[in-house]
Amino acid sequence: MTSFFVNGKAVHVDVDPSTPLLWVLRDSLEMTGTKFGCGMALCGACTVHLDGKAIRSCVAPVSRAEGKHVTTIEGLSENLTHPLQKAWIEMDVPQCGYCQSGQIMSAAVLLAENSKPTDQDIDDAMGGNICRCGTYPRIRRAIHRAAELAGQRSAK
Amino acid sequence: MIKFPPRKKFSRWKTRKFGLRMLVSGTAVFALGAAAAFLVTSLHARARAEKPAAASRAAFLQVYRVLTSPRCQNCHPAGDSPLQGDDSHVHLQNVKRGVDGHGKYGMRCDTCHQKANLPGEHMPPGNPKWGLPAPELKMVFVGRRAGELCRQIKDPKQNGRRSLEELFHHVADDDLVGWGWNPGDGRALPPLSRPDTVAQMRIWIDGGAACPE
Repeated sequence: MTSFFVNGKAVHVDVDPSTPLLWVLRDSLEMTGTKFGCGMALCGACTVHLDGKAIRSCVAPVSRAEGKHVTTIEGLSENLTHPLQKAWIEMDVPQCGYCQSGQIMSAAVLLAENSKPTDQDIDDAMGGNICRCGTYPRIRRAIHRAAELAGQRSAK
Repeated sequence: MIKFPPRKKFSRWKTRKFGLRMLVSGTAVFALGAAAAFLVTSLHARARAEKPAAASRAAFLQVYRVLTSPRCQNCHPAGDSPLQGDDSHVHLQNVKRGVDGHGKYGMRCDTCHQKANLPGEHMPPGNPKWGLPAPELKMVFVGRRAGELCRQIKDPKQNGRRSLEELFHHVADDDLVGWGWNPGDGRALPPLSRPDTVAQMRIWIDGGAACPE
């Protein structure tokens, strides 16, 4: 039995400890917002947070989450009010959308650590998230916009 | 009565001259002998000193082959991105060293690398200490000639304040260094085994940690 928290709720799963966290999220917990892309930590589609740090859930064994807090795209905000979600909608970022939950989860770590990222910071933070639709320019603009929105929110 | 011929008398002067000549030549012979002995002794001493130094240099060249193999040098790059693969290409995904040698933002080493290798080719290798040297002490291996790298790794200011013995144990016992010989599927091993590398380190250090030019 592996016990941890997902989006604030305690979960207990009876799976092989080497099972990738992604499959526990999607199959055991039926939270399908996190996507399977490559299964090799090459594309970033499966990005979630483990105690606030980004991890690729497709290669992280569920045993790594024991006693820790996992945040998925479903837990980023309760009602799409996270500055990144608002900016993503405002900028109409997604095309097919498959990579976008991973993109947003990586961007969330960036903004948590750097409230005013430069283009270089965005490149350094987002290089591991691939978008085959090529929405990179919109992703960049949306991250800058989210930083503005977050700044406005904290100024209020 | 038998008459003996009169004894030939040497003059005092002649006696003194002969004695002087003997003294001079004797001293010269002694000096020559001493010089020769000194020369032979110092040549021997030099040879004794040269032998381990030469062996030490030769041993370092073996260690150098390991240090500059992909398994070691990929995490000792000249720039701020790690390298990967047997061809030591720049790590994909725009991975950066970061302030602590473990990446930046959502692109930290343990974002993808676990505590152990994952099975299968092209799967992320792993170790609990996975990372690059921190930016204040990059310990660059890539592009260093043998003599340069030799002088660098034994310089406490450039090797993390390690003594030669600590350097030896770093190669012999460190877990992350040991990963180089257990690199997971599809990755070439260093040219020497770890025991052979450690043995060459011993010869290098015991011979005075001599460096190639």
